[in-house]
Amino acid sequence: MTDAFSIKIETYLDGELNAEEMRAMDVHLRQCSTCSADVLAQLQMKRANKMAGLRYSPSPALRSKIQHKILRNTSPSWQRWLVIPVLAVLLIGCGLYALQIHRSSNQLYSELIDLHVATLASANPVDVVSTDRHTVKPWFQGKIPFTFSLPELTNSDFTLIGGRVAYLRQAPGAQLIYQIRKHQISVFIFQDKALSNAAAMTGKKFSFSTDGWSSNGLRYFVIGDASADDIQRLAQLLKSAQS
Amino acid sequence: MFAELAMPLFDQLYNFAHWLTQDRSEAEDLVQETYSKALRGFSSFQPGTNFRAWIYRILRNTFLTSRTGLQAANTPLEVDEATETLAVTETPESIFLDHTDQKLLRDAIDALPLHYREVLLLCDVEDMSYKEIAETVGIPLGTVMSRLARARGELRKTLQDKLARRSND
Repeated sequence: MTDAFSIKIETYLDGELNAEEMRAMDVHLRQCSTCSADVLAQLQMKRANKMAGLRYSPSPALRSKIQHKILRNTSPSWQRWLVIPVLAVLLIGCGLYALQIHRSSNQLYSELIDLHVATLASANPVDVVSTDRHTVKPWFQGKIPFTFSLPELTNSDFTLIGGRVAYLRQAPGAQLIYQIRKHQISVFIFQDKALSNAAAMTGKKFSFSTDGWSSNGLRYFVIGDASADDIQRLAQLLKSAQS
Repeated sequence: MFAELAMPLFDQLYNFAHWLTQDRSEAEDLVQETYSKALRGFSSFQPGTNFRAWIYRILRNTFLTSRTGLQAANTPLEVDEATETLAVTETPESIFLDHTDQKLLRDAIDALPLHYREVLLLCDVEDMSYKEIAETVGIPLGTVMSRLARARGELRKTLQDKLARRSND
């Protein structure tokens, strides 16, 4: 009878006997000193195993590495749904902004060409008539809220005809007329801040050659029906005068 | 969801991995690989089933395919488990261990064959039920019981021999 119980002691201590067997074992242990001693010895052994078994601890570095790995691999499921719309909105925003700049630039050049054509069609295209840059430049004093430098043209094909005050988007600026052979070219100078989101463009606009750039807070535009090469040469002369 | 289930088991998994591999670096690699595999296969885990048994099984199977694991698993057991399903019936003698005997006990557990060591650790250290152990190791319930009995029997014998040698010195 003792053997029938003794072989179940381990199972009893592991909590794996069913309720009926547990009750029968409890009753037996109260009567059998041999089995009680075995239970005590095996219980101590089981506890000693538990203590001895909890032996190794992982390093904090390993824990951190695994936590990062889990984060990296589990976050995309929700991040993807968040990131894709955000990226889409950003891309659309950038696209719309670029389109707006392009449209704004086109509109700006249209207005400048209108100014250029209207000036040439006028009976008095310039308000200050002089080939001398030292006469034209001072004429603008008190008329526009900035100053600028004009190039020396002694050794070039270009001739300064004169200048006038021009208005673009309610902002005053300088319009200078140069001549090369039979072609007249307008150089417009405005403050950068008056034309905030319009990009400078180089090339052909409505069959006019154009060049444009920014320097020291001023925006320069060169527009005329001369060749693109002439327009760029004049632009270079103006740029060198500012540096 | 995965982190909530898996991270609380991290310390225990590492402890078990170190007992299996008996080497810190190998244990770290084993735990990392276990988490990687568990993450990849988490979609196949059925909620409501035993996650602990599932991830321990992944760790054990990963270990068994490693070089150290293959060597350990190929060590033949003294008993033919196909025919041996009954628990060992020898009556254990009392072994009283104090805290200075911890090393003795740890060495004795280390010396157990892998198949005995793992069931003993899963039962006595991880407090797994026989059913969980059967699920983790992939063996029938009867084999869990017989391996446990064998493991404990061998452990007692080793400890008795060592304690006897020490008292004779």
